[in-house]
Amino acid sequence: MVENLVEVVGVRKWFPVAQGFIAGLTGAPKEYVRAVDGVTFEIRKGEVFGLAGESGSGKSTVGRLVLRLLDPTDGKVVFDGVDLVSLSNEKMRTLRHRMQVVFQDPLASLNPRMTIGEAIEHPLKIHMPQFSAEDRHARVLQMLDQVGLAPPEFFFAKYPHQISGGQRQRVVFARGMITAPDLIVADEPIAMADVSVRALLLDLMMQLKDEFDLTYLFITHDLATAKYVCNRIAVMYLGKIVEIGPLEAVYTNAQHPYTRALLDAVPVPDPRHRRTEPLPAGEIPNPINPPPGCNFHPRCPIAQAGICDGIEPVLLPVDGDPEHLVSCHLRTGEYQDLDPFK
Amino acid sequence: MEDILYSVRDLNVRYATRSGDVHAVDDVSLDIRRGEILGLVGESGCGKSTFGKAIMRMIRTPGRIDSGELWFDGADLMTYSGRQMQSVRGGEIGMVFQDPMTSLNPVQRVSEHLTETIRTHEPKVSELAATARAEELVEKLGIRRERLDDYPHQLSGGMRQRVMISLALALRAKLVIADEPTTSLDVIVEAKFLDLLRELRDEFDLTILMITHNIGVVAEVADRVAVMYAGRMAEIGDVYGVFAEPKHPYTVGLLNSVPNIDLDAHDLYKMEGAPPNLLSPPSGCPFHPRCPKAMDICAVEIPVLHEVVPGQATACWLYDEVGVAGG
Repeated sequence: MVENLVEVVGVRKWFPVAQGFIAGLTGAPKEYVRAVDGVTFEIRKGEVFGLAGESGSGKSTVGRLVLRLLDPTDGKVVFDGVDLVSLSNEKMRTLRHRMQVVFQDPLASLNPRMTIGEAIEHPLKIHMPQFSAEDRHARVLQMLDQVGLAPPEFFFAKYPHQISGGQRQRVVFARGMITAPDLIVADEPIAMADVSVRALLLDLMMQLKDEFDLTYLFITHDLATAKYVCNRIAVMYLGKIVEIGPLEAVYTNAQHPYTRALLDAVPVPDPRHRRTEPLPAGEIPNPINPPPGCNFHPRCPIAQAGICDGIEPVLLPVDGDPEHLVSCHLRTGEYQDLDPFK
Repeated sequence: MEDILYSVRDLNVRYATRSGDVHAVDDVSLDIRRGEILGLVGESGCGKSTFGKAIMRMIRTPGRIDSGELWFDGADLMTYSGRQMQSVRGGEIGMVFQDPMTSLNPVQRVSEHLTETIRTHEPKVSELAATARAEELVEKLGIRRERLDDYPHQLSGGMRQRVMISLALALRAKLVIADEPTTSLDVIVEAKFLDLLRELRDEFDLTILMITHNIGVVAEVADRVAVMYAGRMAEIGDVYGVFAEPKHPYTVGLLNSVPNIDLDAHDLYKMEGAPPNLLSPPSGCPFHPRCPKAMDICAVEIPVLHEVVPGQATACWLYDEVGVAGG
């Protein structure tokens, strides 16, 4: 039986919208940005779980909720059997070394006044006070070597601006790995890197995963990149998961019209295969007042009046497959016979 | 004979730095044909954006155009005065940049952007006529006329980029230089914008130079593709030819390292090393230290861009008789 490292259950994160003074006095109803609006999934030990979506879909907010960098408005985040939401800040701190994060921009993630070595050593000083200075130094050098920054002594004394972007992202990975975490939340970790460097970084991610028995939450807007690393993937739209399943099932048998549109819109590096499929109308609506029913219905090519614009769909298995779920009235459930393309 | 709209010959651009000159564009020649979408690709620091700025003569100190010829529609732009260049820029040559939010004035309505552009370049046009033209234009780009009264922050990213394009079209630009126009857009919005570019090209007889790092975008819209590496042109040719049979080992590596959403696609190619520092570029071919097929001559002499199959030119010793014989 595969164990779950992370369980996210019915999580919501609503950010209050700043109100004017008068609106506060007159008691106008408070408005919220529904960044994450009822999301449930699990991350299994040893897998790479992809979370894909466009900007504003809420994918990065989910990442921060999993790390409890944000407290959810509602719902539960369970990490290795412990409910993070109920933990005190002190207890949370003792868990922090087991979960690390890698962001998109390595230059912004590194302190420009710390050498590479100091930056990687820093988490050890905080989380592993039992190590002596010599011990820490030796560990940092070993880690530099493991992320492909050789010779380690050379990089140890460098500052972030003195090395290339790809090398900087390796440093950020090294800093994350130094406390031997179980989970790495990688939020667009290669989006800034040049094409020829991306493949090497993905390779590094997978190599570290094997060496350190890691589990990844891989957050990305790029479905083409996700393909190379993810075991399972969830597609988010306006704060909700619209489809989730094993990578191959989602890519070859996408059910949700939004998933299909996302997959079709990815430019293929082959001019003989230019996209011919039509694209959904409009753009992502305002998350303050999301559309009723299925929130994709105003853009959906197959939406049925009276159903999709009124009843909220839930995630249900595709063809009875408990691994592959989709949230679409016309693909699963009692209304699926109405699908005009079936 | 192809109809050339813009011809660049032996362009050299350098930036002065404390540690010496950076040779950002090194002896680049390129013809942009009338009515084509030419994709100029390369990684960061390869000189593609500098090239785009140089052909509008927008290089500022500490940079300078060292030498080269710029022929736009029969005119020698190198001889133009600053004032003459101003009327070309934004006039016959339009520009679209990566981040529309920083290119648009946050305190001006969309309509003001358009009418100001039109009336600056064509002072005889009345305010009313300019507004009418603006309305007609934005509707063609799929923006409702009411949105003209909006400020840039009220528009979505995709709409802002449409406004940028409309500014270029407002003056009936012949050439639009688009530098990473879709990089800040989401995939679906990006795909729509690319569709729009193709439609506009057909409708307005536009010529588009699309500068991008995104190989997929080039494959999607370009007619021809030019690949730059370390300030030099590595390969140029018809997009079908280059993607089907890339000649330059850098192009081969670059194309093979692009993630492809097709599940049956090959594994990603991992190119060794990193692009060189242009303060002290390698001798000979700038790609030779990373090239899996490097020969002795590659470290010594710079290969010249020449046609190796019809419609496809590359700068690589592998395709030179001397190189093959000697290698």
